[in-house]
Amino acid sequence: MIEVLNFGLAALILGLAVWTIVAREAPAAVVGFIVYGLLLTLVWVQLQGIDVALTEAAIGGGLTGVLLISAAVRLRSTESTARAQRPSASTRWLAAALSAAVTAALSICVLALPEPAPTLAPEVLANIAVTEVGNPITAVLLAFRAMDTLLEAIVLLFALIGVWSLAPDRAWGGRPGLLQQADPNGILAYVARVLPPIGIVAGIYIFWIGADHPGGKFQGATILAAMWLLVMMAGLADAPPISRRWLRWLLVAGPLAFIAVGVVGAVTAGAFLSYPQGYAKTLILVIEFALMPTLTLILGLMLLGAPQRGETS
Amino acid sequence: MKLFLDLWTVVAVVAGAFFFFAGTVGLLRFPDSLTRLHALTKADNLGLGLVVLGLLPQLDSVSAGLKIVGIWLLVLLSGATAAQWIARTLRQSGPGP
Repeated sequence: MIEVLNFGLAALILGLAVWTIVAREAPAAVVGFIVYGLLLTLVWVQLQGIDVALTEAAIGGGLTGVLLISAAVRLRSTESTARAQRPSASTRWLAAALSAAVTAALSICVLALPEPAPTLAPEVLANIAVTEVGNPITAVLLAFRAMDTLLEAIVLLFALIGVWSLAPDRAWGGRPGLLQQADPNGILAYVARVLPPIGIVAGIYIFWIGADHPGGKFQGATILAAMWLLVMMAGLADAPPISRRWLRWLLVAGPLAFIAVGVVGAVTAGAFLSYPQGYAKTLILVIEFALMPTLTLILGLMLLGAPQRGETS
Repeated sequence: MKLFLDLWTVVAVVAGAFFFFAGTVGLLRFPDSLTRLHALTKADNLGLGLVVLGLLPQLDSVSAGLKIVGIWLLVLLSGATAAQWIARTLRQSGPGP
């Protein structure tokens, strides 16, 4: 019975992928992509990867979806001219050949994977006790491979600086996004008042439970960022100007705390980012607490885009 | 008792699936956006609600039951919001397809 369900899910995902590619309208393709992300979430649940499923739902389906919708809206005015300029037959054949080659290379790689796949999972489970956290994913992300997570947080910061660098000179330091003039009695303003209390509790719960169960700072921060965006979209609050000192400090606070913990490890435990015995869980919590506001701000600001207006408007 | 609860689950989930099916058919077949919206909300409200009610006896803790009822309420809220929003946009842009 469950095989039938899995087979149906796989067929649906493949069909949706094809539909997303051949869809002529950008908004239709975006909707296809979002549903594709949500179906992938179900696949991860079926594969028992609950942590990955949460991330896929929050970032792959949610935040990326909003990002793509705003891109599609922005491209709407140029879409008809872009479609009028049909690429030549040779360009299209070249693109098709290139895509087919990439697919073939990926298929060969996947089919050539050793069976059973090489895994470090038993070693993680054998050593998880020293980290004092119960969720192996958190143990890997913040203890065994903490370096990757640190670099990931810094990469996100760079991505935000990249987005900001698209600002026109006159708007630099100003507020990102367009001024929302939503109806204060409208349905969106209503939801933006009702939903955030629930969303904030859910976001912090998912962050807190991440130490022992599926969840964590990334998924929690995404939910918090979504609540913030909802309030801003409804016009109940305005985006902060990016020149604010508190904003800049919060943006670097997470990575700085992470690096500071790493340096403490270098002094007390002999290696960068290694935790002294008995303090592992405390230090992991310090890092997670410091990263949470930073990630929330980065994800929210990245969706708002480059500054487009001055501080006062 | 167990048999009765299992029977309830099967009946309610099948009824929920029927509303999802009917909602999907309506979405594909109804002539204009407002009626399609009407069909869609039936799948959200009644379909998911019946599935949740049907699954309640199969859960082993009260907190799990509260969680899935909470999910249903959140879906109700988001579904109603989206439907209101789309309908309002449609009304402001005038009658159309």
